[in-house]
Amino acid sequence: MDEILEILEKDARITPEDIGKMLKKKPQKIKEVIKKYEKEGVILKYKAVINKELVKEPSSELRALIEVNIMPQKDLGFEKVAERIYSFPEVSSCYLISGTYDLLLIVEGKDIHTVSRFVSEKLSPLENVRGTVTHFLLKKYKEDGIILKHREENQRIAISY
Amino acid sequence: MEMISKKVQEMQPSGIRAFFDLVLGMKDVISLGVGEPDFVTPWQIREAGIYSLEKGYTSYTSNKGLYKLRLGISNYLKHKNNLLYDPEEEILITVGVSEGVDLALRALINPGDKILIPSPSYVSYGPMTELAGGTPVYIDTKSDGFKITPRKIEKAIDKKTKGILFNYPTNPTGVSYTKKELLEINKVLEKHSILCISDEIYRDLTYDFEHTHFATLPKAKNRTLYLDGFSKSYAMTGWRVGFACGPKDIIAAMTKIHQYTIMCVPITSQMAACEALVSGRRSVEEMKREYRRRREFIVGELNQIGLKCQKPQGAFYTFPSIKNTGLKGIDFCQRLLKEQKVAVVPGSAFGKEFDDHIRISFAATFENLKEALSRMKAFLKRLND
Repeated sequence: MDEILEILEKDARITPEDIGKMLKKKPQKIKEVIKKYEKEGVILKYKAVINKELVKEPSSELRALIEVNIMPQKDLGFEKVAERIYSFPEVSSCYLISGTYDLLLIVEGKDIHTVSRFVSEKLSPLENVRGTVTHFLLKKYKEDGIILKHREENQRIAISY
Repeated sequence: MEMISKKVQEMQPSGIRAFFDLVLGMKDVISLGVGEPDFVTPWQIREAGIYSLEKGYTSYTSNKGLYKLRLGISNYLKHKNNLLYDPEEEILITVGVSEGVDLALRALINPGDKILIPSPSYVSYGPMTELAGGTPVYIDTKSDGFKITPRKIEKAIDKKTKGILFNYPTNPTGVSYTKKELLEINKVLEKHSILCISDEIYRDLTYDFEHTHFATLPKAKNRTLYLDGFSKSYAMTGWRVGFACGPKDIIAAMTKIHQYTIMCVPITSQMAACEALVSGRRSVEEMKREYRRRREFIVGELNQIGLKCQKPQGAFYTFPSIKNTGLKGIDFCQRLLKEQKVAVVPGSAFGKEFDDHIRISFAATFENLKEALSRMKAFLKRLND
């Protein structure tokens, strides 16, 4: 992977000027490369990773993993059905997977009723959906490589040879 | 009668101990004065240490170290560098390279033997040589971009010269040597049958070319004691695991001392080191890319704010000159610490003639590097006003 992407994946707020200094390239050049990645869809979005458990207002988010069993369509396979499903705004992630079921969804709603309603009224009635299993998430420990527990700083002594 | 031995009384105490104490007593300091990686040991390695404790591995090991670890090191060196060491007789596990240096010098030196040390040098080389009864002969590298040259080595050699002790990539300057440069150095050493004690602890952090092990040079292996360890490559400084590879008579002599002084390296650390050889490589590559980016950043910035420095080819140090500030290294460092809360190490720690340099470590997060550099800029501006 291009080092520019490696740097941005760790910290999207680093400026093209600083990236330029790290890679010994002109900031203008870095800007152009980033623009190109954005245009090609390699870089899709920049966002903050928020630990919602620490947000002061009561959290209004419930997440569920939903296994979906699908009847594939002639000539189209899973693509068309998957598209119908992942287009719902409640679906935050959607994966086609191997094993005993076909799609794995991560669905978000403000409470258990919202998620249940989504499953019973939107998802299950779809013609090609043969069955679903819903798992509500109870606690997040680690997400996308980030451990959510606040950990003690590494205690290096401040000066050494 | 005096309590303390003459030899130890004569050892030069580090002139900057007081400065170190000052740093350690202050809060909220951004430190670029650290000689260890800012990463925590990768989890697979830590987990292997924990698991070994759970399984009850709490005993001594063989004096030479766990066979499994010596075999692992032997295989690793064979595959990566085509460097062959017999795990039975040519490898010794030591408490970091520090113990390796001490053992080597004590095993090799007769009273009055001379050891060549390129200067500036790592802090322990001179004192350890003296403690072993030898005479350190410092070779000033300042006028050659901090690199030791074959010509200067040849000039320093006399009948009493036993060996040369140096590290590359180098702490504190960050310089390293290409294969071509090493070949030339090796020629001189071969001509005069001089031993090479080669501390290559920073080998994995070589940025601009492939690291060449000294022992792989023509006819060098029998005259080379190769010292290395896990501290820098795998961010394992606190585990204290190093190793020495060399001719079996030297390793046997070192093992003799080691068995009486240390017995063996703690088994938990050895177990963790075994795992580092198996699963640590990916972390090493990632770490190296990160350091290389920091290097570009810091060298560019330092030169821009007027602290002239050359680009380090390895390790995580730069050694800029502070000559144009008119301050002595220790004063510079003390004022920078008090006025801007940034810690760096005075160059005099690595040789008294380097008081017009400082060592800056870039083993710090990018945010901290950036903040420290902007504080240094402010510091220099006030100096000049």
